[in-house]
Amino acid sequence: MTRATLERKPLVRGIERRLFLRQTLSLGALVMLGGCDISDQDSVQAVLRAMSRWNDRAQALLFRESRLAPTFAESEAVRDFRYNAYFPVEAVPKLSADDYRLELSGLISDKRPWTLERLHALPQESQVTRHVCVEGWSMIGKWRGTPLGTFLQRVGADLTAKYVGYRCADGYYGSIDMPTALHPQTIMAFGFFDETIPAKYGFPFKIRIPTKLGFKNPKWVTTLYVTNRPTGGFWEDRGYNWFSGL
Amino acid sequence: MTAAVVRPATPRAAVPRPAVLHPLSRRIMHWLNALAILIMIGSGWRIYDSYPALSIDFGFPPAYTLGGDLSRSEALNNEDGLANALAWHFGAMWLLVINLAVYLIVGFVSGHFRRDFLPLRLSGLIHDFVAALRFRLAHTLGEYNAVQKFFYWGVLFALLVTILSGLSIWKPVQFHELTWLFGGYEFARVVHFFGMCAIAAFIVVHVALALLVPSTIVAMVLGRAPRGHHHSKKKQP
Repeated sequence: MTRATLERKPLVRGIERRLFLRQTLSLGALVMLGGCDISDQDSVQAVLRAMSRWNDRAQALLFRESRLAPTFAESEAVRDFRYNAYFPVEAVPKLSADDYRLELSGLISDKRPWTLERLHALPQESQVTRHVCVEGWSMIGKWRGTPLGTFLQRVGADLTAKYVGYRCADGYYGSIDMPTALHPQTIMAFGFFDETIPAKYGFPFKIRIPTKLGFKNPKWVTTLYVTNRPTGGFWEDRGYNWFSGL
Repeated sequence: MTAAVVRPATPRAAVPRPAVLHPLSRRIMHWLNALAILIMIGSGWRIYDSYPALSIDFGFPPAYTLGGDLSRSEALNNEDGLANALAWHFGAMWLLVINLAVYLIVGFVSGHFRRDFLPLRLSGLIHDFVAALRFRLAHTLGEYNAVQKFFYWGVLFALLVTILSGLSIWKPVQFHELTWLFGGYEFARVVHFFGMCAIAAFIVVHVALALLVPSTIVAMVLGRAPRGHHHSKKKQP
């Protein structure tokens, strides 16, 4: 077709052709990005991981120990809190209060295991804060427990170390940075509302950290350790950002 | 300084080359911005799908989202490709924000905004908007009409709102005043979503019009458009 015949065509036809071209181009670009996917290539994954480590450092710089998470009225808190784990609620670990021992290891001077009775004797405080999940949902809850910093001091942990790691009864594992571990709102939550924390929310305790995404709030904790070596974590080893601060 | 350097006159073609419309720096920033926005929206759609911010039943087809093959990450990681999308989103945000910051600084300092995006008057905007609706708005390369100026200010504003609401979702503790300003964590997600919609709407119009006047694309790649390739003509009503 010559240029002259093309130009004699009605304007609308020309626009239609161009719209079609535009749609084809943009769809093509998106399919290229989404479908046949560059995301799964090793080189792309390596770049994304490097950016994630960069974001760990950036978030650590943004974090302030004096910066408190907003708190809410108890009436805003949800009692029927969303259960969330990588397995169904029927499969949650049901630990015995009598047999439970919290194991300690790493850079801690007094590594004797703690019974639940001794843990419950520690000073406790309540908080009504927003739990923000990496998936996008959020919920306000009320938790009661002992500041992790108080506990770490009590057992003689090296507070200049970089990380506090955790291992859980369900095989979950991970770590947080020491500044977050010492944040006043980071608590070993033995209670949900005014009751002992139920199994589905992490009995005997979850580490409630309102300055971090939900998956950095481990439930059914059985071991705490202090270390200077990066540890990764259950979801972190599956591509999620390690610091995940709020 | 010693003797003046006398340059030999370079023999030039008889036809002078058209003036540079977009300096190299602006062209680089434009295409970096395009790349960053494409990644942000593609990965953002995957993140949205993970837990939609809107209460209506709406999701993006996974094939149009960025974050790797869904069944692969299900099999490998027991998750629906959210990790990958988040990694893209929080990686490309630095490209977007740094590039945009440089663009804004250069735009103000160099006078690009003042020269090309101003003045913008309501009367002129209404006049040009009506003309555009009647397909009677002329496009002159290197010169923006009132509708274009309005759209460029509009998309800059949408970018600002989307970036700030995004920051308030990313850091609702460290920047909780900002989160409060956007109506709290949940509502900030909705603001972020509609900011994306505004940017996406701009892109659709922007790309469609660029394809109608292809010399603009040549100019945004090469800096200047060959004269014969400029299809747009002044139309008299």
